[in-house]
Amino acid sequence: MELYMSLAIGVLFTVGVYLILSKSLLRIILGTSFLTHGVHLLLLTMSRLKTGAAPLLGEKADAYVDPLPQALILTSIVISFGVTSFFFVLAYKAYQKLGTDDMEQLKGEDAHE
Amino acid sequence: MNFLHVAIMIPFLFAVMVPIFRKVLPRIHTGWLVLPAPAVLFAYLISLIPAEEAVSASLPWMPSLGVNFDVYADGLGLLFALLITAIGTLVILYSTFYLDRDKEKLGHFYVYLMLFMGAMLGLVLSDNLMVLYGFWELTSISSFLLIAFWQEREKSRYGAMKSMVITVFGGLAMFAGFLMLYAMTDTFSIRELIELAPTIMNEEMFLPAMLLVLLGAFTKSAQFPFHIWLPDAMEAPTPVSAYLHSATMVKAGIYLVARMSPVFSIGELWMWLVTGFGLFTLIYASFRAMKQIDLKAMLAFSTISQLGLIMSLLGLGSAASFYAGTDQAAFYSKATMAAIFHLVNHAIFKGALFMAAGIVDHETGTRDIRKLGGLMSVMPITFTVTMIGTFSMAGLPPFNGFLSKEMFFTSVLNIRDSDLLGEAVWGALIPLVAWVASVFTFVYSMLFVFRTFAGKRQPEKLKKQPHEAPLGMLLPPVALASLAIVFGLFPNLLSYTLIEPAMAAVHPSLLTPGQQFMVSIHLWHGFTPELFMTMGVAAVGILLFRLHGKTAALNAPLFERVSLNRSYDSGLKGLDRLSGALTKLYMTGSLRQYLIYIFVFLIAALGATLYGEGALLIDTTGYAEMSFYEAVIIFALILSTIAVPFATSRLMAIILTGVAGYMVSLFFVIFRAPDLALTQMIVETVSVALFLLCFYHLPKLKKEVVKLPLKLWNLLIAVGVGAVMTVVALSASGSPSFESISHYFLENSYTLAGGKNVVNVILVDFRGFDTMLEIVVLGIASLGIYALIRIKLKGDDEEAKLPA
Repeated sequence: MELYMSLAIGVLFTVGVYLILSKSLLRIILGTSFLTHGVHLLLLTMSRLKTGAAPLLGEKADAYVDPLPQALILTSIVISFGVTSFFFVLAYKAYQKLGTDDMEQLKGEDAHE
Repeated sequence: MNFLHVAIMIPFLFAVMVPIFRKVLPRIHTGWLVLPAPAVLFAYLISLIPAEEAVSASLPWMPSLGVNFDVYADGLGLLFALLITAIGTLVILYSTFYLDRDKEKLGHFYVYLMLFMGAMLGLVLSDNLMVLYGFWELTSISSFLLIAFWQEREKSRYGAMKSMVITVFGGLAMFAGFLMLYAMTDTFSIRELIELAPTIMNEEMFLPAMLLVLLGAFTKSAQFPFHIWLPDAMEAPTPVSAYLHSATMVKAGIYLVARMSPVFSIGELWMWLVTGFGLFTLIYASFRAMKQIDLKAMLAFSTISQLGLIMSLLGLGSAASFYAGTDQAAFYSKATMAAIFHLVNHAIFKGALFMAAGIVDHETGTRDIRKLGGLMSVMPITFTVTMIGTFSMAGLPPFNGFLSKEMFFTSVLNIRDSDLLGEAVWGALIPLVAWVASVFTFVYSMLFVFRTFAGKRQPEKLKKQPHEAPLGMLLPPVALASLAIVFGLFPNLLSYTLIEPAMAAVHPSLLTPGQQFMVSIHLWHGFTPELFMTMGVAAVGILLFRLHGKTAALNAPLFERVSLNRSYDSGLKGLDRLSGALTKLYMTGSLRQYLIYIFVFLIAALGATLYGEGALLIDTTGYAEMSFYEAVIIFALILSTIAVPFATSRLMAIILTGVAGYMVSLFFVIFRAPDLALTQMIVETVSVALFLLCFYHLPKLKKEVVKLPLKLWNLLIAVGVGAVMTVVALSASGSPSFESISHYFLENSYTLAGGKNVVNVILVDFRGFDTMLEIVVLGIASLGIYALIRIKLKGDDEEAKLPA
């Protein structure tokens, strides 16, 4: 399973990077959310998959999966949500003010000359 | 703490007080108020001369680093310190008459000058290399400020900048050399270094240290090819030129060479480099000096050539260290004696000449020798001073320059006997170069005095009606000129007091305890080859002087096309342009480009490390089984992910992203993470909702019109990152790891924290700080969003209407 998960992570990263390298701001934001998914799954995969029950002590299982990465991922989900929504509004505002979402047009025209 | 420390600090103290003087006593020329500083210091330093033992004292500064403010006044340091204070006194006296009280920014001038004087005193009296370096750079800085004193002039700024660049370059090289010396000997003390010198001779860093220290000395003392800053530094006020660029700062390099000579002269290369560069500078600069038309430029090249002369003499003198203990040592060390004697002489006559040139400039309004002439009868005193100075410079009796020139000839003749010279050719070449350079020196000296003061007067070319300068302005050059005669007639005044101790400092290894050098210089020393050489110099010199002006070869500027100045300028400009072009090349402003740098670096660094460390261990044992459901979810995730770049409508892209997010939350279900699944589900829903909310305000998702190669590049980089991350994931989950710390959380979640949901207990109890700050992040994000939406900047109104 870890092998396939790693491949899936690779695909998530590939698509994320590909989207980030594009010109449209919307695609870039979508790209960041793919990168986020990739990182979360990577965190989960690296702690070994399916080694026991969910970390709820009420289950009375012999073994539980590692709860620490889950706590880390939970924190990360919330943070990336905050950042993504901020980006989103920023893109919206930038479009409102500048009238474009093309990164090539958004770059400054040689301000230092 | 010693009075020597106080002595070094006195000029700095005066520098601080100058603004107060300006405020409290604005009617009095500030020069009068700072004049006591060098005068008192000079008197104090004179009192140190008879002492048998050199004065030394230590003051801890950074003892843990071996950097202490150690002062040491041996013969060499004292000689320089006396020059600095004596000429400093005269220069300040001169400047009180030279600079106008109301028109010039006197406060600035004297602050800089006092800073410089203190730095120079500190330089020559320090025993600690780091302290020496500190003072060294302070001289560079204060000299920079002084050269650009009239900073509204373009040329002043150019000259100051140039001298700064070159001398600081050399200073940094010297600093590196000092650090190497420290690495070898573990001490910054010069005295200890000299004792340890034989032990480091064969070390690897000995040679680089020597070259770097020499680089520092050569740049400061304007040796070829680093001399180019000195003629441009002539834009400084004349008192500055007289003080810094003839008597003191340019001799800092000489001081360094003399001071470090006992350390480095055990290597033969030292002698060759110092002598070689010195002789070449001597002949080159004396030739160039003949071609100058500006009085100060002439003096600048003359200074360069005389510095070359002193440098070469120091090099020749260092040959003595190969013959320590024999009679030959005394024979070769005569060159050192000549160097020290000429050092004093040069400071005297060059100071006088600069001051005279300043007077001519001040009283006629020009320094161009083509416009000057016939001033002899108008300015008799200045003429006399100039004549004494130039005759001394040319090496004519009975002035002091004659004696040092004779000793110079003796030294170059002596060196022929040395078996250090592999071939006889070199032995013959050195005296020849010296002789030809002396002829050139003779010619420009005569040009200097006779073009200015003899011949026809050209009043129509002058801005002012020339007349003799005020007495106060004449006093310092007259004093210096008198010294030139006094030391010419009674040279032994100097020999016991100054030259012998200074020689002892340069050649410590040649003396047994209690012994001292016996120096006696006589004006008349019999019919020697040197005397005939001098006669030859005078004869050929007079001939050349007559021909000068008629022969283009002597007159026309040399190397019109290739000049060092031009290559310096174009070098700087080229560097400027190059760095500009380089920056433009990669700082394009395009976000995509920067991201590409980052990703490519990531791929390269991670890939190389993984490959190099052999980290790719795919060990499938312990991997979980894959069930049918999981295969379906993975398939769905990959499919929806890959579809996003191909989506043509933005709605499609958003929905596909949402699908991928939900698949991730399904994974969380399968991998036994209920809290994650819940959160992911909610966050994904809200995100998609947010996407859709802004959806209407965002532009239509245009089909990316990107050229195919660009697309392929993006794809290549993306696949590269993906592949690297896959490999990282595989090797991270496949490599043997130590046990997780999570059993602690599992065991104690209920007993310590009273919760059965371990993830939640970790979030709010074991690792509550993370959660608190994550709440802060959310808070900031929401405040930021609120601010972004509500904020109305100037000009917002008209632009807000743009997207309908």
